[in-house]
Amino acid sequence: MELLLASAVGVLTAAGVYLVLRLRTFPVIVGTAFLSYAVNVFLFASGRLTMNKAPVLQEGVADYTDPLPQALVLTAIVISFGMTAVVVMVALGAFLSSQDDHIDDQPAEAEDGKGTAP
Amino acid sequence: MSLFLIVALPFLGALLPGLMIRAGRSACASTTLFITLLAFIGLMTHLPAVMAGEVVTAGIDWLPALGLNFNLFVDGLGLFFAALILGIGLLIITYARFYLSRDDNMGEFYTYLLLFQGAMVGIVLCDNILMLLVFWELTSLSSFLLIGFWKHLPEGRQGARMALAVTGMGGLAMIGGMLLLGQIVGSYDLTVILEHRDEIQASPLYVPALLLILLGCFTKSAQFPFHFWLPHAMAAPTPVSAYLHSATMVKAGIFLMARMWPVLSGTEIWVVLVTGIGLLTMVMAAVIALFKNDLKALLAFSTVSHLGLITMLLGTGTAFGAMAAVFHILNHATFKAALFMSAGIVDHEAGTRDITRLGGLRRLMPVTFVIATIASLSMAGIPFFNGFLSKEMMLEETLHTTLFGSPYLVPVLATVGALFSAAYSFRYVAHTFLGKERDDYPGHPHDPGFGMWAPPALLVVLVVGIGVAPFLAEPLVKQVTAAVLGNAAELPYAHLKIWHGLNTALAMSAAAVVGGLLLLLAFAPLARAWAAGGPPAAKTLYDGVIWAAVTVAQRITGRLHDGALTRYAAIFAVTVVAVGAHAWFSGRTGAPAREMLPIQPMAVVGWVLLVAATGVLIYNHRNRFLVLVLMGIVGLVISVGFALFSAPDLALTQLSVEVVTVILLLLALNFLPRTTPVQSPPGRRFRDGVISIAAGLGAGGLIYALMIRDFVAAPISGYHLENSYYGGGGTNVVNVILVDFRGFDTFGEIIVLGIAALIIYAITEALLSSPVRARLLNRPIEDVAGDAHPMMMVVVTRVMMPVVLLVGVYIFLRGHNEPGGGFIAGLVVAIAVVMQYMASGYAWADARQRYPYHGIIGTGVLVAGLTGIGAWFFGSEFLTSAFGYFRIPPFQKFELATAMGFDLGVFLCVVGAVMLSLESFSRLARRSDTEVSEYAMDIDPSRDDPDAADGKEG
Repeated sequence: MELLLASAVGVLTAAGVYLVLRLRTFPVIVGTAFLSYAVNVFLFASGRLTMNKAPVLQEGVADYTDPLPQALVLTAIVISFGMTAVVVMVALGAFLSSQDDHIDDQPAEAEDGKGTAP
Repeated sequence: MSLFLIVALPFLGALLPGLMIRAGRSACASTTLFITLLAFIGLMTHLPAVMAGEVVTAGIDWLPALGLNFNLFVDGLGLFFAALILGIGLLIITYARFYLSRDDNMGEFYTYLLLFQGAMVGIVLCDNILMLLVFWELTSLSSFLLIGFWKHLPEGRQGARMALAVTGMGGLAMIGGMLLLGQIVGSYDLTVILEHRDEIQASPLYVPALLLILLGCFTKSAQFPFHFWLPHAMAAPTPVSAYLHSATMVKAGIFLMARMWPVLSGTEIWVVLVTGIGLLTMVMAAVIALFKNDLKALLAFSTVSHLGLITMLLGTGTAFGAMAAVFHILNHATFKAALFMSAGIVDHEAGTRDITRLGGLRRLMPVTFVIATIASLSMAGIPFFNGFLSKEMMLEETLHTTLFGSPYLVPVLATVGALFSAAYSFRYVAHTFLGKERDDYPGHPHDPGFGMWAPPALLVVLVVGIGVAPFLAEPLVKQVTAAVLGNAAELPYAHLKIWHGLNTALAMSAAAVVGGLLLLLAFAPLARAWAAGGPPAAKTLYDGVIWAAVTVAQRITGRLHDGALTRYAAIFAVTVVAVGAHAWFSGRTGAPAREMLPIQPMAVVGWVLLVAATGVLIYNHRNRFLVLVLMGIVGLVISVGFALFSAPDLALTQLSVEVVTVILLLLALNFLPRTTPVQSPPGRRFRDGVISIAAGLGAGGLIYALMIRDFVAAPISGYHLENSYYGGGGTNVVNVILVDFRGFDTFGEIIVLGIAALIIYAITEALLSSPVRARLLNRPIEDVAGDAHPMMMVVVTRVMMPVVLLVGVYIFLRGHNEPGGGFIAGLVVAIAVVMQYMASGYAWADARQRYPYHGIIGTGVLVAGLTGIGAWFFGSEFLTSAFGYFRIPPFQKFELATAMGFDLGVFLCVVGAVMLSLESFSRLARRSDTEVSEYAMDIDPSRDDPDAADGKEG
């Protein structure tokens, strides 16, 4: 199972990095979302994997899953939503004001040539 | 007076001149004078103790763990320098009052001057080398402000920049050297360091430490090859030159060499470097000084030369050399400050300080003439002036100094230096004051007012006084020398006196004076030869170095920071992978010790789903709607995975966040292009692919390597598991960690979340009040999907709403003991509400929304905070939770915990933040051409309109 999870983290990271390196805002946002997935799973797995263990205290059970990474990841998930929302808004604001969703500044002549229509 | 107060007074006083200038220039100057006088008197209260050989200390531990203690001490050396700084400071403040014109901002000037003064006093009284470094840098900064005081002069600005660059660079080197020194000794306290001579000199770090410290000292004290900044700093107002560049700042390097003398001196490298550089600087600068036509430049190079002389004396490493150095510091400070002030008077009254346009001023400015002549003769080394005494001692010392195996090298060069020194001193007087009176002075030369000539006159009295009666200065010089020597050497027996008999030193001195006179007589042809030979231009070299450094920096910055986010991201990813790989291959790891979990078939299905969805997404990432669908799949698999690995809380959170994220991106896509155009060329895509695969391999490999090994240290989770129920009153440990153990973190996190939502709200507001609003209102309608508010959806969401809300409340209430809690409940409730927006439109939903969402966020933060504060009333720390079990018949026993109040805050904050974000997006969606419907469900009128129906299908 560890191998499955580790490879999943690898795939998510690779997808995230690739998308972040794109040149338009939307794929970059999706890329950061993928990186958030990867990081959250990574953090979670750093508490080592356990299956079928009790997450909640019960009488007579001595073996529990590690609660600390879970607590950290839980807030991380919510915060990464907040971050994604802000990034989306910034990207949207930039696009709406300039009709341009390039990540990087474009050379002046290239912009004239394209003339992006709304 | 407390040593702290002495150091603090100039800094505190620096606040006043800016205010007092409103009461007039005299009030401003008097205030500054008074502050300095106070500090001076305070210092003098320690004089008896210090002269009795005591060391006065004061200290507080500031950061003892770092060895950073605010310790001050005053011994002979410290007192001597502090008295020079404050005493000459008094004269300079008086002088500057009359020197500065009405156009100069005097308040600003005195503020800088006091800052500088405080920093200098800090350096000389500091007992901790880390604090000393701070003061050291402060002098560089404040002198930058002072040199560049006349901001309108390009020379002033350039000179200030150059001084800052050179002394700042030296300061950096010095930091390194001091840290090494502290490492060798194990303490950063100067008094402790000074007791470890043998340990330091035996250490392999001695040479690097010495080189770095000397670099700092040489730059500050303008030793070759860093001497060039000092003449350029002469663009400063003359009081600054007289203060910083004769008596104080340039002596800081000398001071430090003297301070460190007991531990650093005496080794061969010390003698060669310090004596050699000092000698070279002394001779070279003396030669250049002779041919300078600007009075201040002449004095500047002569200062460099004299600093070289003192450095050389400290370099010889003998007790007598140290005593001569100390005596010359005193003498140089007196005659050089007087000379600078006289140059300033000439400049002020005659309108120029170009020596070729001067001459014959002795009748026009008799007082100035007398002052300048006495000071010059002292500088030239004429008997009965104090310069003679220390120069004699210097020459005596050189006779006993061997450098590079030759006993003649030092004495001969020193005599040459003294010869040129005499020559430029004579020239200063002869070409300015003697000769024929001219009628083409730019100004109307006359003696200045009392306030301007009194300070240099006072110094000249000292010059003569010490020169005639050197025994008066002897106790002080002996005491200071004793402080310099520390335990390293015995105090020399010699006395300060004028007549030592007919010895070699006297002959050398006489040769220098006679030679100097001859040089002056032959000055005109020599000057022509000098001008033809091309004087060495250090500034050109400096400019070249600076230009090269700037070009290289710009090139590197241009490559790395070209403003393209993509490039930063690529560089960042590659760097992280490279550093990680280096750490992995060069570090040690434990053996794999954990048993792996068996692979389950369902997990394989999930894995295939995730990898396939990601792969398809990357392949089709230009189709943005498809991306959203596939992202949903990935998020879903991850939340199922969390559930599989015994993390139900995470599964719930991930699931609800996933829903909200997809809604958010859908809303955004409403405005963004639906597809991503092809832009990057195949090569670029290949490169990105390689980078991302490397990153993926790194991240995956790292977590795999982590998971197959055991923890290096026992995790703290055991503590949480043990105390969750008895201490926190909950069985859901994850929730207890969030609201109790790590409640403060969570408190911060909900605030961050709230801020994020407010940013979104603010950007929306900004957009809606900009021209964007008009564009949004009038954007063309693209493919409309039939009903805007389909009846089925409206009905279902209405029916679902109470159910979902109930689920939310249920999840919230059980959160402490079962999976759930404020975060998840907040997300669930937010989804319930947002569904109403989606079904019936923004206007309809907004009209039924009673409380603004930012208010809800604020309430949430407030509730959480107040719950935490509540603990204070029971004498506990912030956010300490309490709980108890209650029973209200006929219900069962139930638990109430204060943590629930905190969780309520979390809940409200999450609801508010999510709703405020989504609402902001939907506010952008209004159009001018569609009427806002009052009704919950509307049937698209165009379909009922027979005219419109003709043109459309169905």
